[in-house]
Amino acid sequence: MLGKLNWQAIPFDQPIALAAGAFVVLVIVGAVIWVVVKGYTPYLWREWITSVDHKRIGIMYCLLAGVMLVRGFIDALMMRTQQALAFHAPGYLPPEHYDQIFSAHGTIMIFFMAMPFVIGLMNFAMPLQLGVRDVAFPTLNSVSFWLTAAGALLVNISLVVGEFARTSWLPYPPLSELRYSPGVGVDYYLWALQISGIGTLMTGINMVTTVLKIRAPGMNYMRMPIFCWTTLASNLLIVAVFPILTATLAMLLLDRYLGFHFFTNDGGGNAMMFQNLIWAWGHPEVYILVLPAFGIFSEVVSTFCGKPLFDRRSMIIATLGICILSLLVWLHHFFTMGAGGDVNAVFGIASMVIAVPTGVKIYNWLFTMYGGRIRFSSPMLWSIGFMVTFVIGGMTGVLLASPVADFVLHNSLFLVAHFHNVIIGGVVFGVFAGYTYWFPKAFGFVLDERLGKAAFWCWSIGFYVTFVPLYVVGLEGMTRRMQHYDRPEWYPWMLVAEVGVLIILCGIALQVAQLWISIRERATRRDLTGDPWDGRSLEWSTSSPPPMFNFAVLPHVVSDEPYWSIKQQALARGQLVAPEPPEYGPIEMPRNSPTGFVTAFFAVVTGFSLIWHIWWLVILGLIGAYATFVVFAWRDHREIEIPAEEVARIDRANRTARAEALRELREGVTR
Amino acid sequence: MSTPALRLAHDPALGPAGIAPGQVTGRGAGGPAPKRIIVGYGFWIFLLSDVIMFSAFFAAYAVLFKSTDGGPSAHELFDLRNTAAQTAVLLASTFTCGMASLAVGHRSQKWTQIALLVTGLLGLIFILLEVREFSGFIARGAGPSRSAFLSSFFTLVGCHGIHVSVALLWLGTQMAQFYAMGFREDIRHRFLCFSLFWHALDIVWVAIFNLVYLVGSLPPELLP
Repeated sequence: MLGKLNWQAIPFDQPIALAAGAFVVLVIVGAVIWVVVKGYTPYLWREWITSVDHKRIGIMYCLLAGVMLVRGFIDALMMRTQQALAFHAPGYLPPEHYDQIFSAHGTIMIFFMAMPFVIGLMNFAMPLQLGVRDVAFPTLNSVSFWLTAAGALLVNISLVVGEFARTSWLPYPPLSELRYSPGVGVDYYLWALQISGIGTLMTGINMVTTVLKIRAPGMNYMRMPIFCWTTLASNLLIVAVFPILTATLAMLLLDRYLGFHFFTNDGGGNAMMFQNLIWAWGHPEVYILVLPAFGIFSEVVSTFCGKPLFDRRSMIIATLGICILSLLVWLHHFFTMGAGGDVNAVFGIASMVIAVPTGVKIYNWLFTMYGGRIRFSSPMLWSIGFMVTFVIGGMTGVLLASPVADFVLHNSLFLVAHFHNVIIGGVVFGVFAGYTYWFPKAFGFVLDERLGKAAFWCWSIGFYVTFVPLYVVGLEGMTRRMQHYDRPEWYPWMLVAEVGVLIILCGIALQVAQLWISIRERATRRDLTGDPWDGRSLEWSTSSPPPMFNFAVLPHVVSDEPYWSIKQQALARGQLVAPEPPEYGPIEMPRNSPTGFVTAFFAVVTGFSLIWHIWWLVILGLIGAYATFVVFAWRDHREIEIPAEEVARIDRANRTARAEALRELREGVTR
Repeated sequence: MSTPALRLAHDPALGPAGIAPGQVTGRGAGGPAPKRIIVGYGFWIFLLSDVIMFSAFFAAYAVLFKSTDGGPSAHELFDLRNTAAQTAVLLASTFTCGMASLAVGHRSQKWTQIALLVTGLLGLIFILLEVREFSGFIARGAGPSRSAFLSSFFTLVGCHGIHVSVALLWLGTQMAQFYAMGFREDIRHRFLCFSLFWHALDIVWVAIFNLVYLVGSLPPELLP
């Protein structure tokens, strides 16, 4: 009846896992009870869960990412603490638990922290920057989000019911095959990623179509903000490589469930084919994450330096160059496979070549800062921290791209330090910059700057204190994923790294405090003008938060930095809004739909029952998913119309605020 | 555009817009595209991603082609007569699907339904032929778990078969919607996507037919 599921699936014998699981269950149940008791359920259902508004969906993505950041960080804290304790000692985590922790850390941080954060920011900002009202397929967007959340839920269910994979964040066979990993851990990993991967693929399709087909009149390709360009490049990569991930994981699933022989030791299987396929997805994935971060830095640097970005054209060419090169270097993840000197040399050189367009970008940002009137607000601090940190990470990357050096450093903590250097320094600093930068646009009030800067310094210092020791011990030969060790020269460095991770913990605590305090003081932190940073692109030309339809009348773009030039001309003329309001028409917006939520519900049911071999429930889940599809296909009213009077009423308030903005701007000029 | 008059973000009333929405300039400055273009374009992107997924399965098949582990090879297994029948049926269904597009263009409910019905029946015959072939292999001890080669064969060809089966479900829903809702714009957009999907599956089949069946039927000494 219940397949492999029984009471032994609950880890009663592992106090740490049980406590963690119980804590998560308590938090979720507590949150649900709080929502129900306070009577927020209808509001949540109407305004958020069924929402197809790109801004709401973007915010929900970022919220999911924030929660998963905490979860993944707790894993990191546990790992560093284990290694700080496990010198000549077993530490406090038994090996099978430690293995689950590092697997969960990597899986969660990449798939359920970095990806949702980046996709959330793209969702929120890109249509606003393009001057339009929504993405190409709003309901599909909601389905994408809820499928991602379904995957995250499955990974977290594994805390309480069963176990997670012990095979690292990329489950290399033959270890991940049924013979060596008979438990449900790998199955949790595979189904969670298949479900969220489908969501990500649909996001890719949606965003590519949006950028290429839905832009405000006059917004030609060369006028698109750089963030939109990097969004396009990133989503082109999603469309190009996520199908490979789906296919590869499907092959491993067939091996595990139906006795196929893709990657097995027997039957003629080829385990190295998994490595090739997974990295054909995995390397571009790195750029899927970091390209949007580059876009955020471009927006932030030009805004806070008060200058147009230095040579936009080369920035765009570099972005697309990275987009293509990223597809040609996957083999550098396994130089030790034994492909031979020629193959390794080709991939080594290709990997080093990526440093060229990346270097172009760094110089673009530096030259933008040069001669600019720099304001050191916290988004700008994250950007400068990124430039320094990312260059160091890039240089260790060029070092690793040499096959000769890689044979020595392969699978060492040097490698771990390198990719954290680029992912934390690039992606994480990037999404934090974007979070601070667009927060007032999303919620209508600015975050506390003092706490934000303190968080930045904790994160930066904590990062170096954690990962420089890992570079050192990596050079001394310490391999990754060690549950214990007995080399005395490594021990002090492990203690230093533990201190570093505690400093990062302070940074996260400060960010939570920043959010908490800013929400409490929101009345005094209002952004009434819609333009708190003196921005340059179109998202700052509408109110904060923007109305549901973003723009009462679609803007007509006549320059590279539309809002900046509008403001400059307005300053000269002395008025930002026209004396007479424009003629408003009714606006058609997509109707809210529970399709995404219901699909995700059935996806969780199907995924969970597949993991535990509950076949009747699998069939029920699939029938439910098909029924959802038919019901959605059958609905008659897909749009609601906002009447012109309503549009006028909302826009009138916005126009008043913008008149205020101009007054401030003029005072700024005279001051 | 005579003078670059100040154009405010919300207030095109201040001056001429310069570029009318929908106007094509060749530089993408014409404003949001019409709904039909957006739907079709998005579905094209999806089809490209689907083709990439197939290419991963093709790659796996190419890598594992000779990994028969002492079991039967492609040359011993394949029966080109069955493949020929499958190919004929599927190509014919592409033709009838095209006829359905014409019938939709003429708003003819009767011919739309007939053409889609024939398309569906041909698709069903294709699936049945594939099931017959697969069950024959399994009965001879050449199932997917026999060897890595057979694993990759069943996955690649079976993935195409699953696509056709899902397309058949879609086809049934589509027929019901034409019947119940008529030739409404959104239903026609959906049909545009369906026909793209159906033709794309045909293209994938042409690749399977050539690279799997024809190449696989060559005598081993002719293969590199």
